[in-house]
Amino acid sequence: MPSTVMNELTPSQAAQSIEGVEGFERLLKEQTSQLKDLVDQGDLSSALSLISEINQTRDKTLYVEVGRLTRSLYESIRDFQIDCGDAQSREALSKIDDASDRLAFVVDMTNSAANKTLDLVEETMPYASHMKDEADQLKQEWQKLRRKEMSPSEFRDLTGRMDTFLTQLGNDSDKVYKNLSSILLAQDFQDLTGQVINRVTNLVKDVEENLVNLVRMAGKVDQITGTVHDLESIETNMDGEGPQMKREEREDVVNGQDDVDDLLSSLGF
Amino acid sequence: MEVDLNKDMKILVVDDFSTMRRIIKNLLRDLGFTNTDEADDGNTALPMLKTGKYDFLVTDWNMPGMTGIDLLKTVRADDDLKSLPVLMVTAEAKRDQIVAAAQAGVNGYVVKPFTAAVLKEKIEKIFERIDA
Repeated sequence: MPSTVMNELTPSQAAQSIEGVEGFERLLKEQTSQLKDLVDQGDLSSALSLISEINQTRDKTLYVEVGRLTRSLYESIRDFQIDCGDAQSREALSKIDDASDRLAFVVDMTNSAANKTLDLVEETMPYASHMKDEADQLKQEWQKLRRKEMSPSEFRDLTGRMDTFLTQLGNDSDKVYKNLSSILLAQDFQDLTGQVINRVTNLVKDVEENLVNLVRMAGKVDQITGTVHDLESIETNMDGEGPQMKREEREDVVNGQDDVDDLLSSLGF
Repeated sequence: MEVDLNKDMKILVVDDFSTMRRIIKNLLRDLGFTNTDEADDGNTALPMLKTGKYDFLVTDWNMPGMTGIDLLKTVRADDDLKSLPVLMVTAEAKRDQIVAAAQAGVNGYVVKPFTAAVLKEKIEKIFERIDA
């Protein structure tokens, strides 16, 4: 699989890259002292050819680095697109050939599971409230009977109502139980979305590793060419960021509703 | 202290995820509020707020189109809407963001994931303060 090849290739590439630049530095040091000697001796023609030699080595190293950089970039991009799953799961997810499609699939599945669950909950809640209402009323009647405060005709009403309630209770309990089972089954998305997310996570890890190597190599190129980047400071913005991970490790993030309340009350809320 | 809330008040729930809107609507219904409408972002919410005579706005922060914080700022800058109570229910948990929401004039801030009890408490607190 290309991703495995890439993983084996990259560290050695990086090592070569570092060696290339270190080699150049070593050569530069050696040749500088040689150059000084030649100039001191007055051998200007040898000195000039030595300077051109140094330039050539520098250019060669530069080309090699730029070449590596380009290849690594290309492979990072390619690796991000390729399917890194095994043949069997590729088959199962054959319609999904890139990470964003996969994540869209996760959004769809979780969305449909959430809606299904909400539908069933909304359908079930009235059964529960109806059972409670009816039971509350029957309880009052029942207590009236126990206090022997009930007339024969009221008693006939109560027995009829009790019959209806017990039948209704049996039917409604069946429906509640059935809906609860369906809610249970609606959670099966977790298994599938979990697999997809794990695979995308691996993909992102691979890409990140490659990008780190890429940055390292780009740093070497900058070193050889003497390029200094003018990096703009990143502005803090007020765009939404979504849920925060590892809240307890971060100072700038609240750790739950209590923190929010504390912060707001410190602001006079 | 139990607050006597107007159960007929008209509430607009703004969130880009329909499931979250449903969850909030269900929780509001459990609290006795049945007069609720939905919008999926600030751009959809704003015209509804302008014409719909809403008593309370519950909004998410992070939404495509117009975000909740921009909706809040727009509401506070509008003469007809500026006194509308706004509760933010959001996953945004950075201190800077909460401070920014407070400065923009939010009435309450609930971080997701939240419970029915927290939602109830915040709504009661908002109206307790307004009635006081």
